[in-house]
Order: sequence, then C-alpha cells, then structure tokens
Amino acid sequence: MYRLPLGQWVNIGVKWLLNNYGHAIDVFSTSIREMIDALKNGLNVVPWWLLIIIVMIIAWRARGWRLALGSGLGLLLIYDMLLWPAFLETLVLVIISAIISIAIGVPTGIIIARNNTINRIFTPLLDVMQTMPSFVYLIPALMFFGLGTVPAIFATVVFAMPPAIRLTDLGIRQVPADLVEVGEAFGSTPRQMLWKIQLPLAMPTIMAGINQTMMLSLSMVVVAGMIGAGGFGAGVLEGISQMDIGKGFENGLGVVILAMILDRICQGFSQTARMNKQKLNKKTLKKTFNKTA
Amino acid sequence: MGVKIEVKNLVKIFGSQPQKAMLLLDKGLSKERILAETGLSIGVNNVSFTINEGEVFVVMGLSGSGKSTILRCLNRLIEPSLGSIIIDGVDITKLKSKELRQVRQRKLAMVFQQFALLPHRTVLQNTVYGLEVLGVNKAEREKRALERLAMVGLAGLEHSYPDELSGGMKQRVGLARALTNDPDILLMDEAFSALDPLIREEMQDELLNLQQKMNKTIVFITHDLNEALKIGDRIAFIRDGSLVQVGTPEEILRDPANDYVAKFTRGVDRIKILTLKDVMKRPQPLVQLRDGPNVALRVMKEHGISSVFVVDCTKHLQGLLTADLALEARQAGIENLYDLDLLNVPVHNATVLVHDILPIIAESKVPLAVIDDEQRLIGIIMAGSVLAALATGGEPKYVSSTAGAVG
Repeated sequence: MYRLPLGQWVNIGVKWLLNNYGHAIDVFSTSIREMIDALKNGLNVVPWWLLIIIVMIIAWRARGWRLALGSGLGLLLIYDMLLWPAFLETLVLVIISAIISIAIGVPTGIIIARNNTINRIFTPLLDVMQTMPSFVYLIPALMFFGLGTVPAIFATVVFAMPPAIRLTDLGIRQVPADLVEVGEAFGSTPRQMLWKIQLPLAMPTIMAGINQTMMLSLSMVVVAGMIGAGGFGAGVLEGISQMDIGKGFENGLGVVILAMILDRICQGFSQTARMNKQKLNKKTLKKTFNKTA
Repeated sequence: MGVKIEVKNLVKIFGSQPQKAMLLLDKGLSKERILAETGLSIGVNNVSFTINEGEVFVVMGLSGSGKSTILRCLNRLIEPSLGSIIIDGVDITKLKSKELRQVRQRKLAMVFQQFALLPHRTVLQNTVYGLEVLGVNKAEREKRALERLAMVGLAGLEHSYPDELSGGMKQRVGLARALTNDPDILLMDEAFSALDPLIREEMQDELLNLQQKMNKTIVFITHDLNEALKIGDRIAFIRDGSLVQVGTPEEILRDPANDYVAKFTRGVDRIKILTLKDVMKRPQPLVQLRDGPNVALRVMKEHGISSVFVVDCTKHLQGLLTADLALEARQAGIENLYDLDLLNVPVHNATVLVHDILPIIAESKVPLAVIDDEQRLIGIIMAGSVLAALATGGEPKYVSSTAGAVG
C-alpha cells in the first residue's frame, strides 16, 4: 500500500522555513531571550523576602488575608527547599508565555468571533494545537531556537494559547443578541461596538480563558525542562534520571504552589471586580433611599 | 402633518437564495408552499404603508406574524430583501453603512422588549450611550441624559445598575436612552409586553404623556389590541407577514377588514374605547327657537316624549323644553321660544369616552346632549341607548330609536 509521506513533508517544510527565514527566526529568538533576561535579572535584584511580601500584598488585594497568608507560607517553603532560583526561572517562563499567549490569543479570538469564515479555518487548527502531544512541538522548537528557554516558551505558547482564543471567541459570541442590536440601533461603529459592548460583556469569559492559559503554561514547565528551560521542570527531570524521589517531589510541589497562587490571584481579581461593583451599588441605593425618605 | 415614513412593497425573505422565493411569490404561490418547495421563509410579504409625522403608528399582530421584522427593517437591523423605506424623503435601503449609521444616530431610536440595558453600565451610562457614540462631550451628554431621566421619573437613580431596577424602571431607562439623542422617530418593539399589567398601563400613560410634550413619530409593535387601541393613532394589522388592515382604532373596531381582525376586536373591553359618538342617538326630534310652544307640544305628542331639545337655526343647543314649561308658555300666550327660560342641560363633546362619564349617564334624568367641536348639537345620549350599544358591541353608529324613549 502507498504510504503518504506526511512526516517527510513536515521535515521538508521545517527545513525550508529554517533556510529561508533563519535570520528572522534569530531576531525573534534574540528579542525573546532579551525579554526573559531582563525580567529574570529584575527579579534577581529583588531580595527574596521582598518578593514574598509583594506577592502577599497582591494576593491580599486580590482575595484577602487568607490567600496572602497561604501564598506567603508556600513561597517560604519553596525558599526553604532551596528552590528559589528554580522558582524565579519558572515564574519568568510562565509570565512571558502567558503574556505572549494573551497578546496573540485575545486579538485572534476577537477576529474569529467576528468572521465566520476565519472561524471555520481556525477551529481545526486550534484542535490540533490543543490535542497534539506537547512533546511534538519541542522538536521544531529546538530546530528553530536551539536549546534553552526560548524554544520552551515557543512550545508553551503554542500549547497554551488555544483557550485564550477559544474563550475570547465564545465570550464575544455569547453577548446577548439584543445588546448587540442596541449597539447597532444607536449607530455604533464596529470599533465602538467592540470596546463599549462586546468586550466588557465578554470579559468574565475572557478572564477564564486567560486563567486557563496560565495553568496550561505551568503544565508545560516540566516538559519544557527537557530542552533546557531550567526551573522546576529541570529539577523534576533530574529527580527522574537520578531516581531521587524526594527531589522530584520537592520540585513538583514547587509547581503546585506556584500554580495555586497564580490561579487564586487571577480568579480573585475577576471576582473582586464584580464584588466592588455590587458594594458600590448598595451604597448608591442607600443614598437614593435616604434622599426619597 | 407630512408623511414621515413611507414603506413601499417591503419584502423580507429569510434564507440563502431569496430570489427563488421572489419568483414564486410573483407567481402568486402561498407562503406555506414556498416554504415547502424552497425552504425559504417569508417574513414580510409585500407590505406598504405610510406613517405621518407626529403619529403613533401601531403595528399589531400575533407572535411570528412578522411585525418585529417590519420594525427592524425600518432601521435595517434586518436587511429588507425588496422594496423601499423612505424616511424624510431618503430611501434608507440604499444607504451605505456610514450614512446608515448617521441616520440611526440622529433620526431613529429603538426601545426593546427585554429592555436591553447594558449590565456593565449604570443607568446614566446607559442613557448617554447614543450621544457617546455620536461623540458628544461628557459634560454635555450627561446633562442631556439627566434631563431625560428626570423626564421619565428616574431622577436620583442615575448611578444604579440595571440589575437593581424593577422591570418598569428598566424600561423607563430604555425610553430615556432612546429619547436622549432627540430622534424624530421612536421604534418601540413590544416595549411594554414584558411588564406586568399595572405597570404596563402606567407606562402607556407615561408614553402618551411624553408624546404630548414631544410629538415624536412613534412606531409601536404590540400583540395586545387594548394597548394598540389605547396608544395608537392608527393601527396596522399584520398576519403571516402581510398587511391586513390599516386604520384608526375606531375604523378597525367598526368595520374590521376580515375575520382575523374581527377575532381580535371581539375581545376588546369596549367600554374603554367607545366614545359618545359611538353610542349617541340621532337628535330627533328637535324644535327651533322660532317655533312656538304649540309646535313643541305637538312634536312631543307625536313622539310620545315629555321634553325636547331646542336649537337655534345653526343647530347650537339652547336648552331643554319640558311639556310643563311649554304648557305654561302657551297659557301665557308666548309666541316663540326666544323669551322662554329653557332648562340648562349638561353638554359633552362627542370625543369623550363613555367610560369617563358613565356615572353621569346613569344618574341623569334627562338625556345628555352631545356636541361637536363647533358646539353644534349632533346627538343625544340616554342610559338605555348606552346599555344597548354596550350589549351589541357598539357596532351600530346610531342606536335604533326603540332603544329608549326620552324620559
């Protein structure tokens, strides 16, 4: 039987890209590496205890003192396990991947929400991005960018971006039809419709997508460790190769702590936004009651 | 009063190849057959009407009849398949999207059935939306929005969020939002249908009240005939996407174009819409001032009545002459009725609702006089004739003379 040389085609395609766009890829790679270094150096300058306090303050603002306390204890534990450098590396990896995923994913989501043809093209692409085993991305990433953090971020972005796209699309499509009609009926331009009606109403769903993206980037951390991304992932891999269960566990626990802190803070911010609104509402209602009484 | 909106041969076909359905429509096939053959559904089928400036034009029909589609064609939230819609002389079906936006911003405003307030915005922020889109600066647009909010009775609630308001209040915001741009035309899509009955009546009154002050052209969609009769200057009946009848509430009630309209009108609480004109009796017999008491007495005797209305030669009512008074006059040798002190009778304008003066009709011992705008006597009202009119549904313009002898 004839065998479709699918694998060969992919190889040829990647090689072609490398030969023709190698320079562009290098520029891209360097700029990302510089971004990573800047962030990493910045975080390294901050003393560990100050960073913990900063995270606690953010957690407290987002959700309250319980989360602040929990975050503080978790980070102390990481510091105590001598995993602080790994923590910083992982944090940088996650933050940069999430920022890139969101920066590309949310606008893409907006575009495919507004155009059904593009949407039909993107849907299978997103399926592939999400279901293809993430290791597969590592190979071309390695070929393009060599070993290190940059290919890790590339692979992470490909894997983690789909929820940001999908949930932005969903959020915009879920805006009630009559509210879109309001925008139309009052003569809004497409841009006004997007900024004044669709995006604000889709925001909770978009936030859920961003949260998912963050969690998925964290889950790529260990995999990314395989191509020299460092951080907790490298620790876990070392634990595996050295049959050191304790080391693997400690690094794994580090990932869990970071994941929980990021997730709760992210959720907290979208919730407090809503609660603040309600508090404000009660205040104004009271005022008007007093006025009428 | 000029024509504000002219809708000519409006057709809306839902589906991917409307041309096919149009061909079949031209051949005179029914809606159902076209749906069966092509899978295309006809939302609006060749509808034409005109709406005058300052008029409340009600489009009335059951759900699915296409009335909301017609409304949405007026501001092209739904693209018409065929036909033209001319607003102030401009065919809006031909406008490009930028021009269309301008028309929507300045001329047309819409009020929605489910209120459609933006939940992330306060009442004030909702109300300014139209002006915000238009690019009016913040201070100016908030000033105008606050005026409108005060007008609909929502002063002081401008910083609340929609989810804290009751249905009636929400629709007041919807109304204020539509009015803030000061549009010529208000499109109201079942605006009060989602409200409970008491609030609905309140809002109808409010709308009529506002309309008196502002004199907009209002296109109002409803499935409730009572509502249509109450607020409509003219009513258009829509059935299966076609126009069945257009007319004033009275015309619709008096001679419904077909069974479909008649079925609707049967359910109406008649007393609320009947005017004195609908139930009055032809003012017969009458005597004139130049007639003497003898003439009057003979007329009364002929008709078997004990009193008669007296008019001058231009039919202006002078008073009521009873048989006793006529006899006295004859004995006193008075030649004509100029010199007589006739009884004063209460007069009512023909446009007064029966409902409003029902107690007066019931208690009055003498017939009530009905006059037109020029103060001429055009009819009389007797308790008996009113009851008869109500019992028969108010159809006959003049109740037969057997309905009641003058008491």
